[in-house]
Amino acid sequence: MDIEAYLRRDYVTNLIKEGKRLDNRKFDEYRKLEINKGYVGEKADGSAYVSLGDTKVLVGISMDVGEPYPDAPTSGVMTVNAELRPMASPHFEAGPPGEEATELARVVDRGIRESGAIDTEKLFIEEDKVWVVFVDIHVLDHYGNMIDASGIGAIAALLDAKIPKYEDNKIIRGEHTVKLPVTCTPIPCTTAKIADCVIVDPDMDEEYAMDSRLTVATTDTINAMQKGGQGTLREEEVLDAIDLSFKCAKDIRRLVEGN
Amino acid sequence: MEKPDMELIKDGKRLDGRRPDELREIKIEVGVLKRATGSAYVEWGKNKVLAAVYGPRELHPKFLRNPTKAVLRCIYNLAPFSVEDRKRPGPDRRSVEISKVSAEALSSVVMLERYPNAGIDVYIEILQADAGTRCVGLTAASVALADAGIPMKDIVAACAAGKISGEIVLDLMKEEDNYGESDLPIAVMSRKKDVVLLQMDGKLTREEFKKAYELAVNGATQVYEIQKAALLKSVNDVKIEG
Repeated sequence: MDIEAYLRRDYVTNLIKEGKRLDNRKFDEYRKLEINKGYVGEKADGSAYVSLGDTKVLVGISMDVGEPYPDAPTSGVMTVNAELRPMASPHFEAGPPGEEATELARVVDRGIRESGAIDTEKLFIEEDKVWVVFVDIHVLDHYGNMIDASGIGAIAALLDAKIPKYEDNKIIRGEHTVKLPVTCTPIPCTTAKIADCVIVDPDMDEEYAMDSRLTVATTDTINAMQKGGQGTLREEEVLDAIDLSFKCAKDIRRLVEGN
Repeated sequence: MEKPDMELIKDGKRLDGRRPDELREIKIEVGVLKRATGSAYVEWGKNKVLAAVYGPRELHPKFLRNPTKAVLRCIYNLAPFSVEDRKRPGPDRRSVEISKVSAEALSSVVMLERYPNAGIDVYIEILQADAGTRCVGLTAASVALADAGIPMKDIVAACAAGKISGEIVLDLMKEEDNYGESDLPIAVMSRKKDVVLLQMDGKLTREEFKKAYELAVNGATQVYEIQKAALLKSVNDVKIEG
């Protein structure tokens, strides 16, 4: 157990009870969000570097040619993978993805997949050959709310991605044809429950103090949800979180869709 | 993603003849395993699921111990033969995620602070799967925890709702899960109706979500009554050996 976090928990909780947050944010206010598309643009087919306050995530897109799933023979394939690099936190260790990284990757995956953001029908090449889109999330600095930073980074990187040239059964690296067909911009928004209050974008200290969190990924509808943490939520709190998520996603979406 | 059209509701009835707000048949047996501290077996439609609890016991490795409370761990496992196309044995990403959210859901009701430094292990084995296995697993696991005599604030009951052919329905079966538009599994603390597990995928508006959520809570309440009846029966049936 983390003694430091344990000791800070009461302080953060008492502040929230007074209607305040450690960094003076309002309950429905995100930390400063910056998105830098094409951050590693020389090699990757798409990329985005996201800083959400002090949390930093780099997402890279790699395109490859592979086989479609048997139940969708004319659709391209997307896979999302997340790595919590040991440099990002004293609690991360090198090695295969643990539960936290697995959950992160799957929640980001669901938001994108279920919204139909990637027009997979356009990724068909010929029989038994489709484009495979690899979305690799690299968490570089973990100061809370990795899910939103990663989800925003993933869709930003997809919007930045281009399809490589493909001739004579070979991918020509470094040359691209068209942009990856992206139809909408799903945005995940995570709220945390601390002392019966619902706040958005919890930072590291707030994550230690929270009872539970709820991520809601939205386009014009809800596309994915995930509760986390050992606490409980009442129905009103869930509906509050949904409303906050729709509201906050608007500003974030504008930023993601910009340059 | 576009999915093939399939008529899932006909004349107000579903493929297996259920009404939109009707659960599949559920049977619960308590104390089915000899070695485990507590256990339960649940048949829910075509799902067949076993849950076992070991502990509170010494927790290894040591660095996982928490001096303020016990640590509840959960392993959700699909048997290779539980699905039509054989599942490769061992944990995949889906099982890892379900194990994590299930452990969190159960941790919110178990009085972990009673057993500092200890570990409580919950094992969920899906012997036959037909959609909604995480809900069946959690339902079985909380009965197994009660059977183990571990103090809990409440029993966790789980149920899913979803959207098929444009309609919000309770407790999706396999075909409905495959061809439906949305799935919302939840688990609640039965008496207060507070949600301890919530996942969702697909497409739902806020209004549809609210309807599905309330339907699922209602389903979980029915599940709770079946859990309670099974636990009461197991206590009444107890035989004194020797």
